[in-house]
Amino acid sequence: MWTFIARRLLQSIVVIFGVTLISFVALQIGGDPTYLFVSERATEEEIAMVREALGFDRPLHVQYLTYLANVVQGEFGNSLSYRQPAMEIVLGALPATIELTIFAMTFAIALAIPLGVFAALYRGTPVDGGIMTVAMFGQSVPGFWLGIMMILFFGLSLGWFPISGHVPFLMPLLEGDFATAFANLPSTLYYLVMPGIAVSFYSLSRNARLVRSSMLEVLGQDYVRTARSKGLNERTVVVHHALRNAWLPVVTMIGLEFGFLLGGVVVIETVFSYPGIGRLVFNAINQRDIPVVQAAVIVLSVVFIALNLIVDLVYARIDPRVKL
Amino acid sequence: MTDVPNDGLRRLAADNRSEFSRELRRAGRSMVAAKWPLLALLILFVVAFVAIFGPMISPMDPNRQNIMLRLAEPLAEARRGGTFWLGSDALGRDVLSRLLYGARISLLVGVCAIAVGGTIGVTAGLVSGYFGGWIDDVIMRLGDIQLAFPFILLAIMFLVVLGPGVINLILVLGIGQWVTYARIVRGQTLSLREKEYVEAARALGDSTTSIIFRTILPNIVAPLTVIASFNVASVILAEAALSFLGLGVPPSVPTWGSMLAESREQLIANKWWLAIFPGLAIVLTVLSFNIMGDWLRDFLDPRLKERR
Repeated sequence: MWTFIARRLLQSIVVIFGVTLISFVALQIGGDPTYLFVSERATEEEIAMVREALGFDRPLHVQYLTYLANVVQGEFGNSLSYRQPAMEIVLGALPATIELTIFAMTFAIALAIPLGVFAALYRGTPVDGGIMTVAMFGQSVPGFWLGIMMILFFGLSLGWFPISGHVPFLMPLLEGDFATAFANLPSTLYYLVMPGIAVSFYSLSRNARLVRSSMLEVLGQDYVRTARSKGLNERTVVVHHALRNAWLPVVTMIGLEFGFLLGGVVVIETVFSYPGIGRLVFNAINQRDIPVVQAAVIVLSVVFIALNLIVDLVYARIDPRVKL
Repeated sequence: MTDVPNDGLRRLAADNRSEFSRELRRAGRSMVAAKWPLLALLILFVVAFVAIFGPMISPMDPNRQNIMLRLAEPLAEARRGGTFWLGSDALGRDVLSRLLYGARISLLVGVCAIAVGGTIGVTAGLVSGYFGGWIDDVIMRLGDIQLAFPFILLAIMFLVVLGPGVINLILVLGIGQWVTYARIVRGQTLSLREKEYVEAARALGDSTTSIIFRTILPNIVAPLTVIASFNVASVILAEAALSFLGLGVPPSVPTWGSMLAESREQLIANKWWLAIFPGLAIVLTVLSFNIMGDWLRDFLDPRLKERR
């Protein structure tokens, strides 16, 4: 178990290293990156000054090592449009994004497992057909369009949910203000409903299909037949014998799913004017605020890698066969 | 006497041909039986037709602005007796015409990105699986690193620096897909490498390139078509998302994603037609590719269907 944890930790470090390398290459790939940091009207002298100040005149390997050292210290330079350290801005937006991601993930899993199990148990019936048709659609609908449709229908026409905004929960919690945090919680959730569903619909659909096929496979196994022939009731067979094994592949998927969710979050936050990293990245893209984009991408990657690590450790815990 | 082997070869070739047409007929029957794939194929034909002949069938110039006729509702009258079948946008441009032109970018980017990603991935997978050793390690670890990194973030980072454009979009989306192909192809190659007919080719003195591309590759094409089908679907979704973020193609080229981005500003005013039609176009196209992928998988591997 400990060697497994050590190995996974080491792997994560290698991956983060790879991420920094890729983001460094991305910065260099368009030619002299100095031009990304100066205004269009900058004179030659100003450009030369910025080039020297940012170190873009030095050899590439020196630049990368400096870059790496800066990344490790969370130093991405000042945002070009806010005149504040880019990292500070990104970290300020992180809690809102984490709230949205966790909400979406919870929603996706909480629905995908029962839906997949039902579809498998009622295989070939209209219940199965209905669930699988919706899941097929879910995998074909762009999350941000779903968000737009929900805004039009549930937000504007029916007025059931707010069409934009966010009430912070994690932020006051982290600052130690528990009273505010828990007083905010109901509104936090209320504001999360529409963006959360828009973010999670794709994952929900894919996981429902995954649970179904995994469940069908397990239901055909000998030990399930044995459990049935022992006279156990169907509920016990399904929940304790089948589902326990069927959901292992699902747990593996969950780790990767975070990546998809984070991707969706970037776009859907923009749709709902949700003040997280996604909207920050969107605005930074439009203002060509490179330090903020870089800081945001690195922070989200580290979050993603950390979540993956946690999922793997949980997996090792629930599946005794993993003793690598 | 000398005619005999020749004759045999000819018969073999004829057999092969008839087997191919038999397979094709079997595919047709399975498609008709399953119904949905047939509809999906029809939709894809329509989308492809629109993508190719868009400029000829589009009722108006997709970039022609008309401030007097801005935000016209669907079926509203346009100039000179024309009709805005699907309404007009905030600059008075015809939504239907823009939609028809948009099919081009979606399909072009989808198919080309798969070609790029598929070529890199298949080559990497073949090399990795056939040679093994350190080269296999390097390729697969590179893939692991890429997968450990949310793809859309990677795309954003490169496109912000490179700037928008069809070629950049295709390259970034294509490179984002190679790992999937590499992994599948590597696995297949590993098992095929030990097969007798590969050994036979080796014994006959075929070159390594010939063994890899002529003997092994044709045997792994089938599963690749399934992945490619699903892959086109997800690439079209990614393209729409990137266009929505303003990282797609330049603003003068209409795309479904950028149309949705523009619709956002008119949302509060409840100009629903600007948002619904481009979205439906994406959903129908992506759904069709997904249905085709599902059907292809069942068709190529009937054992799976029994489990499903």
